[in-house]
Amino acid sequence: MLEIRDLHVSIAGKEILKGVSLTVRDGEVHALMGQNGAGKSTLSNVIVGHPSYEVTQGSITFNGKDLLGMNPEERAHEGIFLSFQQPVEIPGVSMVNFMRAAMNAKRKYQGLEPMAAAEFLKLMREKRKIVELDNKLANRSVNEGFSGGEKKRNEIFQMAMLEPTLSILDETDSGLDVDALRIVAEGFNKLRTPQTSALVITHYQRLLDYLKPDVVHVLIGGQIVKTAGPELALQIEERGFDWIREEAGL
Amino acid sequence: MMEEKNSFVRQVAEKKYEYGFTTDVQTEIIEKGLSEEVVRLISAKKGEPDWLLQFRLNAFRYWQTLEPPTWGHLQMPEIDFQDISYYADPTRKKAEEGPKEIDPELMKTFDKLGIPLEERMALSGTAVDAVMDSVSVKTTFREKLQEQGIIFCSISEAVREHPDLVRQYLGSVVPYKDNFYAALNSAVFSDGSFVYIPRGVRCPMELSTYFRINARGTGQFERTLIVCDDNAYVSYLEGCTAPMRDENQLHAAIVEIVVMENAEVKYSTVQNWYPGDAQGKGGVLNLVTKRGHLRGANSRLSWTQVETGSAITWKYPSCVLSGEGSQAEFYSVAVTNNFQQADTGTKMIHIGRNTRSTIISKGISAGHSQNSYRGLVRVASTAEGARNYSSCDSLLLGSSCGAHTFPYMDVHNETAVVEHEATTSKISEDQLFYCNQRGISTEDAVGLIVNGYARDVINKLPMEFAVEAQKLLGVSLEGSVG
Amino acid sequence: MNAEQQYIDLYSQQRELIARRSAPIMNALRDEAFECFRQAGFPSRKVERYRYTDVAAAFAPDYGLNLSRLHIPVNPYDVFHCDVPNLSTSLYFVVNDQFHEQAQPKASLPEGVQVMSLLRAAQEFPELVGKYYGTQARARKDAVNALNTMLAQDGLFVYVPRGRAVERPIQVVNILRADVDLMVNRRLLVILEQGAQAKLLFCDHAIDDRKFLATQVSEVFVGENAHLELYELEETHAQTSRFSNMYVSQQAYSSAVIDSITLQNGLSRNRTDVSLCGEYSEVTLYGGVIADGQQRVDNNTLIDHRAACCQSRELYKYVLDGQAVGAFAGRVLVREGAQKSVSQETNANLCASRQARMYSQPMLEIYADDVKCSHGSTVGQLDEAALFYMRQRGIPEAEARLLLKFAFMGQVLDGIPMSSLRDRLHYLVEKRFRGGLGKCGGCQNALNCER
Repeated sequence: MLEIRDLHVSIAGKEILKGVSLTVRDGEVHALMGQNGAGKSTLSNVIVGHPSYEVTQGSITFNGKDLLGMNPEERAHEGIFLSFQQPVEIPGVSMVNFMRAAMNAKRKYQGLEPMAAAEFLKLMREKRKIVELDNKLANRSVNEGFSGGEKKRNEIFQMAMLEPTLSILDETDSGLDVDALRIVAEGFNKLRTPQTSALVITHYQRLLDYLKPDVVHVLIGGQIVKTAGPELALQIEERGFDWIREEAGL
Repeated sequence: MMEEKNSFVRQVAEKKYEYGFTTDVQTEIIEKGLSEEVVRLISAKKGEPDWLLQFRLNAFRYWQTLEPPTWGHLQMPEIDFQDISYYADPTRKKAEEGPKEIDPELMKTFDKLGIPLEERMALSGTAVDAVMDSVSVKTTFREKLQEQGIIFCSISEAVREHPDLVRQYLGSVVPYKDNFYAALNSAVFSDGSFVYIPRGVRCPMELSTYFRINARGTGQFERTLIVCDDNAYVSYLEGCTAPMRDENQLHAAIVEIVVMENAEVKYSTVQNWYPGDAQGKGGVLNLVTKRGHLRGANSRLSWTQVETGSAITWKYPSCVLSGEGSQAEFYSVAVTNNFQQADTGTKMIHIGRNTRSTIISKGISAGHSQNSYRGLVRVASTAEGARNYSSCDSLLLGSSCGAHTFPYMDVHNETAVVEHEATTSKISEDQLFYCNQRGISTEDAVGLIVNGYARDVINKLPMEFAVEAQKLLGVSLEGSVG
Repeated sequence: MNAEQQYIDLYSQQRELIARRSAPIMNALRDEAFECFRQAGFPSRKVERYRYTDVAAAFAPDYGLNLSRLHIPVNPYDVFHCDVPNLSTSLYFVVNDQFHEQAQPKASLPEGVQVMSLLRAAQEFPELVGKYYGTQARARKDAVNALNTMLAQDGLFVYVPRGRAVERPIQVVNILRADVDLMVNRRLLVILEQGAQAKLLFCDHAIDDRKFLATQVSEVFVGENAHLELYELEETHAQTSRFSNMYVSQQAYSSAVIDSITLQNGLSRNRTDVSLCGEYSEVTLYGGVIADGQQRVDNNTLIDHRAACCQSRELYKYVLDGQAVGAFAGRVLVREGAQKSVSQETNANLCASRQARMYSQPMLEIYADDVKCSHGSTVGQLDEAALFYMRQRGIPEAEARLLLKFAFMGQVLDGIPMSSLRDRLHYLVEKRFRGGLGKCGGCQNALNCER
């Protein structure tokens, strides 16, 4: 599904990613771990096409298509969804208008007619339940005045609406209490199918307890230095990153 | 009880302007009035080269075509420019006398002002140029600075000893055509300070000028020129006082600052000219043009001013941000009491890419005073990515004073972000009561709250100045809350 | 020849004709206004309140005037279809400066309420009109006042007597219509007596492909405990210059909402002066400007707190694209003794292109100490982070920009109390941003319309 080859990325002339390669197949959940500044968020931003990052070398393909030639909205239409680490507030744009614009843009891309208003609202109601999102929140402006937990739930709600095939969760667990984490993680699991994949960026094991990754990668200094099964995350939880650093001879 | 209160009020009244003594110094004053002859006379007395005389004469001729500006929010008394003497030299006992010596009385004056000259300076590590009336009387620490190639002297000396530097930069930031008072100053300026910091040098001590108007019926027209070359740094302090006089005294100065690549200049002012008496009689008319040109990339300039004196203040220390990535700041506290009027603020002219400016202004009005902030932020079409943030707060003490805010924003580039906010409020009864309940008198509470209010700006001042400024705030507002 | 001379000549030569086709009350002030204009002329840009508009240049071209008041054949219903859903109004038309007597709404107004030609009102109710006319818009204060007072022959009169409430909004469509380049001088007098209530909606359209220069001087009186909502919507075209001076005086316990939206225009200079004369009066000023191409919009407001315990709020927003030039100067004046005044003023602006220019000048002038006043002003661009967030969700960049602009302007519309109008304005603003608003949004089948 997602194929990253020898990816080098700079921001403002400074190289952050120094040759990352990664393959995610249909139905797989990959965890990407690493300390602050390792380049985890850079990787997720580059996959979705953030304009601040410059790809200097390497390739990203998605279902065989070249992602780097697409603009952010085309990547979204192709089925890539990023749950942002810090979802931005957009005053004055209501959740309903926002979601409808997103939904209909995707349908247009797929050659479908815009969804009828009634049908759309019904869909909103159904999907809201998955993350126990209050009706009131759905009527407000995008993320405006939402608590940290509400913002993250709102991200998963949007994921439910847009039904991506690849979801990137960028530290979706940060700042969440135990209950909120459970709601978000269970919401995510309800949306999983054998065809959908995920890339989960996190510092901690606790989200992975719910999401059960198939593969765990460790990113240090802009490179993936270790890849293993779910047991790697448990080892990191116990022993930190230093031993991996030593093992890699860094 | 009543009596006690009265005696307190008397104490306060007596203490109002501590610096209002005159000094019995022998002063040479030229005849009142302004004409081409006077301009030539000033130039001749100073033995100036011809180019400078021509500069003065051009300025004078241009000045004659101008009218005084009226756009300020000020009730300006009519100034009779022919009733002012344009040159007073306190160092000359007689015109023919030999080398200049400092009159001991003058030294006493600066002692009274608490200005550390000579030995006291060695302790505080500040180099001082003192300007009394129109003439620079003493520059300390000159030799020490010279070792690093720093020039710090009176502008008259600079004209003699570094004519090329002065000629290159004089009038390059504030041309004589800039405004009415700038033209006047350019014609008749008598002295002031000159600073040159060579490439790569961090000036090791604060440079400081104290200005004092002493002689009766004279105007003071000093001129300061600071050039900070590539990668250099200097912090410059300016302090001002004047004796109590019934009539208004005119002060029309120019400060020009040139900041080159990666260089940084901090310019701090504590202005405490005589503000006039409680009935609004007398006081200094402070009509000043100050401007810095941030020529080099990544250059920095910050103006910090604490304005408590003068009957009328009309000044807008400004920055022209030409160098890419240059940064300018303006921090101001202006206090007006009794019948004082202040119309002060800044101009930030963004020309270079990614230039940034910050404006923090705090106005405090009491008595029957009028206090206005006036500021311009202009983003030229070339100033890609320019940023400005302005915050202007006014505090009102009493119901007969006024606080006004007149910001102007001209934005000609779509990538610019310009933000301005302003508030006007008074000290809340709750705050005062809270202090009273803790045993703090209303007077002291006002002082405390005002100092807290002005803290953002005071903190920007060098230490010794900050202490002085805090005291001044208290003194200026005494008697304003009843 | 300077720009003033043609108006001086015009008045000197046509004084009799102008007066003959007007009413004594309006004629009584003409000579004095002429004298003011002759002496002061047009203000230069050095005059603080005219910094951003070159008045003389706008008045310099040669325009025709309909001083003999020839009837202009037009059936306003042919040219104007207001497609506001759920907006049921009492609809009136003013063609240039003439009240259109033939088109009267079917529903009648409450007893005593008048919406009529100012000229006719000055003849039928000379005492009432004479008491108010020219008392706020002084000729010596402003060149546009002077010019309008000396040349205006008619306009609109709205009168709501004591205690009457007009539930249904009164909609007045101002139509600029001519076969030659035309100057129009329109005069408005709006009187709400004690306890009266009314909602007024003015829509300005220009239906002919001609140059128009319109001056409009409005005097609005809001009596004690009266409530007024007044909306102005300009959808003219690039060849229209508008100089509007509106004076509003409010008595104790009154409230007013004054809303000015500019969607299409050439050059507009709107001066709005509100005097809060009585205690506990309240005013809210809203302004929205969407401009591109060569549009110029200069809004200049003064809120004068003359009495204690009054409140004012002001929110103006501009979205500028193309080579549009926007200016906002808002002065809040709190006079001595106007204690407990509360005032909040905000001006926010988006510049979307390199050539667009914005001038912003919020001013506070305060002479009372027990007040709460603030103002804020920003000039900036769309939030890049929000833009990217929307694109990540699959919303195309152009659509995302549009949604953000729409949201930005929405904050001006959301405060409008009349919900049907609010919805209508949301619709028009969105249509404007999508480029779907022609030179005259509400008009169809425009007569002689070549565009």
